[in-house]
Amino acid sequence: MAGDALLVVEDLRVSFDTPKGVVEAVRGIDFELGQERLGIVGESGSGKSQTGRAILRLISGNGRIAAKRMEFDGIDLLNASERRMRSIRGNRISMIMQDPQYSLNPVMTVGTQIAEAYRVHSKAGKREAKERALAMLETVRIREPEKVYNLYPHEVSGGMGQRIMIAMMLIPDPDLLIADEPTSALDVTVQLQVLALLDDMVRQRGMGLILISHDLNLVASFCDRVLVMYGGRIMETLDAKALHEARHPYTRGLLNCLPQLDGSHGELPVLKRDPAWLEAGGGAP
Amino acid sequence: MVGGNSTKVSGAGESPSRHPLATRFASFTKAVAKPANVLFTILITFVGLTAITFIIGRVMPADPVLAIVGDRASKDVYEAMYLKLGLDKPLLQQYWIYLTNVVQGDFGKSIMTTRPVLDDLITYFPATLELASVATLVGILVGVPMGVAAAVRQGRLTDHIVRIIGLFGYSVPIFWLGLVALLIFYAKLGWLPGPGRIEVYYDGIVAPTTGFILIDSAMQGEWEIFRNAVSHLILPSAMLATFALAYIARMTRSFMLDQLNQEYIITARVKGLSETAVIWRHAFRNVLIQLITIIGLTYASLLEGSVLTETIFAWPGIGQYITKSLFNADMNAVIGGTVVVGIGFVGINMLSDVLYRLVDPRARR
Amino acid sequence: MSDKATTVPAAAKQGLKAWLLSNSPGSMAHARCQRMYLNWLVFSANPIAMAGLLIIGALVLGATFAPLLTSGDGIEQHLADRLQPPSAEHWFGTDELGRDVYERIIWGSRITLYIVGLVGIIVAPLGLIIGIIAGYVGGWVDNVLMRVTDIFLAFPRLILALAFVAALGPGLENAVFAIAITTWSPFARIARAETLTIRKSEFIMAAQVQGASTTRILLSHIMPLCASSIIVRLTLDMAGIILVAAGLGFLGLGAQPPLPEWGAMISTGRQFLIDQWWVPTIPGIAILVVSMGFNLLGDGLRDVLDPRSGH
Repeated sequence: MAGDALLVVEDLRVSFDTPKGVVEAVRGIDFELGQERLGIVGESGSGKSQTGRAILRLISGNGRIAAKRMEFDGIDLLNASERRMRSIRGNRISMIMQDPQYSLNPVMTVGTQIAEAYRVHSKAGKREAKERALAMLETVRIREPEKVYNLYPHEVSGGMGQRIMIAMMLIPDPDLLIADEPTSALDVTVQLQVLALLDDMVRQRGMGLILISHDLNLVASFCDRVLVMYGGRIMETLDAKALHEARHPYTRGLLNCLPQLDGSHGELPVLKRDPAWLEAGGGAP
Repeated sequence: MVGGNSTKVSGAGESPSRHPLATRFASFTKAVAKPANVLFTILITFVGLTAITFIIGRVMPADPVLAIVGDRASKDVYEAMYLKLGLDKPLLQQYWIYLTNVVQGDFGKSIMTTRPVLDDLITYFPATLELASVATLVGILVGVPMGVAAAVRQGRLTDHIVRIIGLFGYSVPIFWLGLVALLIFYAKLGWLPGPGRIEVYYDGIVAPTTGFILIDSAMQGEWEIFRNAVSHLILPSAMLATFALAYIARMTRSFMLDQLNQEYIITARVKGLSETAVIWRHAFRNVLIQLITIIGLTYASLLEGSVLTETIFAWPGIGQYITKSLFNADMNAVIGGTVVVGIGFVGINMLSDVLYRLVDPRARR
Repeated sequence: MSDKATTVPAAAKQGLKAWLLSNSPGSMAHARCQRMYLNWLVFSANPIAMAGLLIIGALVLGATFAPLLTSGDGIEQHLADRLQPPSAEHWFGTDELGRDVYERIIWGSRITLYIVGLVGIIVAPLGLIIGIIAGYVGGWVDNVLMRVTDIFLAFPRLILALAFVAALGPGLENAVFAIAITTWSPFARIARAETLTIRKSEFIMAAQVQGASTTRILLSHIMPLCASSIIVRLTLDMAGIILVAAGLGFLGLGAQPPLPEWGAMISTGRQFLIDQWWVPTIPGIAILVVSMGFNLLGDGLRDVLDPRSGH
């Protein structure tokens, strides 16, 4: 763990009030993040996305966030006023999401949206914001930035859309980036390009990164540490390099399910779920 | 899917997948096809409208000639009309006679006013348009903020109030509401004038340039008449506006709720935008586009809702014209009025459709 | 013995509830019952929907039991009692011909129900069939049917109904016909849209592979799935239908006097508005309440049957 923790989370809980009762998406997780890359891996419903949203206090309507501690750079995120949170969002912590077709406003040009992200946290005027946005488009390796500036989200491909997202979220120069399934909606070849871009940007700017994904291999190759989540809890925390030394049966199960090119060609095992994992402290080694 | 893959701009290092000339040709044919398509639809709808009114006017009545000339007409007149309508000829030919007449604006003569129906329609239609326009405007100005407020505060008091007002607005029989309003504001309280478009002694002073008293009197500087016209407009337009704002508020709320659940709203919040900016600059912009269609529908509905309102308020518009003609068994006038309102209806819907395509970036190209 | 008498019903209740809520239904019928029960649970939890159900229930009950709820037929005149204000004897007062307004409202509910029911029975199946055929067969059949639908959809309902009545003459059945003609289009559109979505699904392909005839596919597979959207739309449209019928009645074009149609009552009572307000006002309230009832019920049904409209 490198130096001062950028983000400290202790006993985070996220729950939703539904007509069928209270649903707990995140059931008390602890972790810290320094100037490093943390991966959160889990299947659908494990609570990984909600964790990311909770950090930014963007849980929708009928959801509630509770924690013993949730601090970013000394700022108490849990009790900060909404105004304070707004100055943090985008400016110090940013988030990119899965599908640019949905996460970009369909009736505004992509350039305007990027410029807007800049203007929120600076006193810049329209022209300056546009120039910054154009510069940012170049930084994310988009050719013909002037042309792309005036396009609408439905006119750009998936890969380009994610670059635009990255441009938009990094233009205010945040310290921490949360990437929620950033490549899941992309073709495989495009995935690699976007990941490479992300890698560069995060490294150049010295940012912290939380990469949320269901793809264990991706997270292992991209991040320094990995959190494995299941049923709203953390099953195991380990260094990415030490992944194959994982001890929790769930993690081992996940690893065993991944096909290996040089492994045996028999049937892939099916992950057997132990209901004990859903209990507090269940099965943790 | 609008805008197929060939028109998408690709990322770094990817080359366009089609020869530029092919893309140009494709978009050209698309551009030409659209108005042709629209024209075709207008034509078909017009034919359909005339066919239906033809059936109503000539085929359904027991004696269509009698319905047109009235029971006081002489035998000669009756027979002349019989031949003119071509009732001795096959049905399709009758329809053709009818259609060609309608296209030229010949709806025959009204028994009631003894003028050509077309002249009557030109005289009376603006009054209805004025009423419907004012009511729609009020409906938008009141209904849209209501809908937005209800969506943003979903489940809370504001939302419930808006929904109840909305429920009332499109459940209430407008003609009854008009009666009750007249009872309270005119008969009991005396705050507002009674039925009629304008005080009798003002009638005819303002030259009808546009037919809209508000515009004409303002243009000619007749401010007392203007004020009088406004005071007469208040009740009937308020009645129509009740329905309009109920519908608009409900649809705005519905659209707004849909938009607020979208991913891009989360993105906007992640950027650190204020709630106001999120609601109005992002969500509302998407809602506005959809509202165009709704406003068109509302305006069209008000055109026909005016039928009953005009009866209550003795408003000299096309609704009253049609109902009076109805009671006079004046088929020409009824059919003429129906065709004109029908055209107005179709025209408005078409206009809003075209406007929608212009404004929504996803529907362009 | 008495022990068993008290425990068996309790156990039976447990049994019924368990049966309805079990996670693995035993048969198609069982699954359907479960579905209906779950829908009912959601529906009854919604106060708005229940309010609507209450109002419409009252309407149906009032219409059905009219002879029991009133002492007269609402048509007989008692000129000596004309224009009496509401009192213990005449709850809603009397009209200009001495008829008890309350009684006329109750008997008028039969007319309202008759109109709404008749229109519903005509337009729903008509729209459903046209829409399903258009959606399933596609091609030029679809084109032609949709053009026809669009034409009717594009027309002003009340005005067209007026024109129809002008041609056919006033009367209850003519009014119903006129309203039905102008109301069926949206249902065809809905049915077609649903059919287009369902048509491509795999279970339809499976049925085709099994050799099911087109009619069979349409009737037993596609139609039930369209049913819920149609029902929701129909209930919501009922309010509008009532208003149009009342409007026609107000203009004297619907049910003819002395029938106690609510719209006509407003019209004939209009002249007494100032001094005997109850004569035209009460029927209007009745129309308002029933219309609201259908709107509430329709909203509630939509929340249950079509949750993705997200309100």
